[in-house]
Amino acid sequence: MSKLKIMTVCGFGLGSSMVLKMNLEGVLRELKIEADVFTGDVGSAQSTPADYIFTSKELGEKLSSQTKTPVVIIHSFVNKGEIKEKAEEIFQG
Amino acid sequence: MTEDKIKKEHIATGVKVADWESAIQASGDLLVKSEAVTSDYVKQMIESVNKNGPYIVIGPGIAIAHARPSEAVRENAISLAILEKGVPFGNEQNDPVDLVFSFSATGSDSHLKMIEELSRILLDEEKVEQIRKSKTVDEVYQIL
Repeated sequence: MSKLKIMTVCGFGLGSSMVLKMNLEGVLRELKIEADVFTGDVGSAQSTPADYIFTSKELGEKLSSQTKTPVVIIHSFVNKGEIKEKAEEIFQG
Repeated sequence: MTEDKIKKEHIATGVKVADWESAIQASGDLLVKSEAVTSDYVKQMIESVNKNGPYIVIGPGIAIAHARPSEAVRENAISLAILEKGVPFGNEQNDPVDLVFSFSATGSDSHLKMIEELSRILLDEEKVEQIRKSKTVDEVYQIL
């Protein structure tokens, strides 16, 4: 299997998505899951190939109707517990 | 290292605002005052929330406002306005917001170090609580 591609998404792909990317990478390291995590903006996210999209509730609802990529909604980007729980659910469930 | 830290002049405590727009305005004005960005940039940050919703609220009580790199940005910077009383941003899970960060980036990756440093602080709940309780700019600066 090739390496997982995970896109974190926010309005411009610069701010909150970057915070989420860093925290998600930390969590994936702990879970020993190898993945390429990169950021994207909400405008181009639906046309960017990825295995999963991680984003906020607002943007997630917008994106789910536009893309077939599974969208994972994170309520708090700074809560490692929540990010870990959701990552475990997907990757180890 | 010090470059990646929030500058003292970019911190304000006990900020009184009535709604989220004035909260972003207050936080953005800190960057305008030091000429890191122009006032257009602050308008763009507010527009972005009007367009995309309150996704900039990334955690309980924490918002990170920003717009895209443009001519309105003169340097990479982060500001923090600590509100006297939190205001709703329309984000059910994480309202009310009392820590309003704004950041500006001159390019798409020039600000990475800054954001990395900021995420490290925000992951630390104890630190975030200390910042929240701080009364003076010096206290906040010490914590950061």
